Amino acid sequence: MLIRRELEDYVPPPMLVTQQVLSTAARVLTGATARWVDCQPDTCQRVYFANHTSHLDALIIWSSLTREIRALTRPVAAKDYWEKGPVRRFISSSFNALLIDRKEIKVHQSPVDLMIRAIGNRESLIVFPEGSRNTNSQMGDFKSGLFYLAKKRPDLELVPVYIENLNRVLPRGEFLPVPLLSCVKFGSPVWLERSEPKMDFLRRAREAVRRLKEV
Amino acid sequence: MNAFENLAFFAESETVPILQPNLPTLVLFGVVFGLLIIASVAGQLMKRQSESTIHPAVVRTFNSRVLAWWLLCASVALAFLFGRSATIILFFFISFWALREFITLTPTRLGDHRALFWIFFVLTPLQYLLVWWGPSHYGLYSIAIPVYGFLFIPARIALSGDYKRFLERAAKIQAGLLICVYTLSFVPALLDLKLVTYKTADGSSALWNDGSPAGLLLYFILIAQLGDVMQYLWSQLLGRHVIAPEINASRTWEGLCGGVASTTLVGILLWWATPFTYWQSACMALVIAVLGFAGSMTMSAIKRDRGVKDYGTLVEGHAGVLDRIDSICFAAPVFFHLTRYCFSSSV
Repeated sequence: MLIRRELEDYVPPPMLVTQQVLSTAARVLTGATARWVDCQPDTCQRVYFANHTSHLDALIIWSSLTREIRALTRPVAAKDYWEKGPVRRFISSSFNALLIDRKEIKVHQSPVDLMIRAIGNRESLIVFPEGSRNTNSQMGDFKSGLFYLAKKRPDLELVPVYIENLNRVLPRGEFLPVPLLSCVKFGSPVWLERSEPKMDFLRRAREAVRRLKEV
Repeated sequence: MNAFENLAFFAESETVPILQPNLPTLVLFGVVFGLLIIASVAGQLMKRQSESTIHPAVVRTFNSRVLAWWLLCASVALAFLFGRSATIILFFFISFWALREFITLTPTRLGDHRALFWIFFVLTPLQYLLVWWGPSHYGLYSIAIPVYGFLFIPARIALSGDYKRFLERAAKIQAGLLICVYTLSFVPALLDLKLVTYKTADGSSALWNDGSPAGLLLYFILIAQLGDVMQYLWSQLLGRHVIAPEINASRTWEGLCGGVASTTLVGILLWWATPFTYWQSACMALVIAVLGFAGSMTMSAIKRDRGVKDYGTLVEGHAGVLDRIDSICFAAPVFFHLTRYCFSSSV
């Protein structure tokens, strides 16, 4: 058991360097600062759920975490986007992304099951419950994945994250970034209440993200 | 001779290659760092005072400002050490960061994205490249952004096909480029002036050999920053009549007059570091102080309109470069042109 643990923790040094370079570059380019509003950085198992505005979202949240937490955190990303071309594949593999196929969803291979299986008892996730990026500044409704995740693993801390200004750095359909200053805010965790209806929970979770906008 | 050789020829013959360290410039640096040390000590002493005598927020503001000045002066000193190109690169980075803050605060639309990319990665470097190419490109770098930028930005936005609030968006981007990049690029351009002085026995003009353009650049930054501090101090001491309470509640007529007067006095005291005589230095300091005030008021108005107090608080953890350089931005082109027309042999 002990040996297995050490094996799991081992990250090859070139990968560590790539991760460090990637996260530094992302933070410099987007001027991103992390603000922990009602929450503290921790290595406990968490699900960071955020508004989705740009391709850089997952990378920026992941980069805002400290190195120890980064090593345990896997952004959930779309397989069809991140497996296209060697550059994207390289980036997604170096930040340890969990790629989910949006097109082929099978009965026993639902994305939520895949996520739960992948994180085991130690890793955390970064998810975007809106599904796809929204074009206007309004946040879309949350898809139900977050609810099932919370239902199947009630022990996970669900941390709302609000990403500010990143949709202006790299909006949808653009490939050249504009180096504006952005901000990542982490709010206080939410949990699924006992027998809370799905829609109520999703609305509450969405509200937790939206509230961070005003902080 | 092909075009490239032509450029190289100009760059060699017309620019001032090395910033020779000379006594007045070094003494001026000594004065600046002496003032900074005094300010730092005062800041530390204020920190030890009980909270009833001085408000802790005032102390925090003061200390963060002193730190910003240390950074500014240290980077200017370091840039001087590495020469003219390093100084231009330093101001390029200051401009770039200021523009970043300005555009972050300005509401833009998706249709502006490509135009924004151009101003950050093409127009801004181009302006500094033209300055770097030397005084032979003065004609181009003094109109590149006001004329060609003015034509380019709306055209690029129009290509994106979004017409909502079109003129407003183009004007905002253009304003950011003018304030953060164009005006500031005149600060390193000071280094290329062939200065003349009237400090001769018979009052006729002669080439100025006692100091260096680097000293003049430092003089300019020092006067602009001191003007800001003096106005703040006089406002705190005697301030009664607020100029525009809606825009900036801490700027008073008493502060303006006292600040401008004492900055002028400092200008007289520092005449030895410049090619100016006493009264010429006084006039220059007066102009810098008044324009610095105009710059601060303008930037305050923009910030109020967007509902923020400082560019620094815009995104937590960022320094607020624009808050520190607003007075320099407005005074730089005017100081440059006054010096160029009255105290240089290049016209």
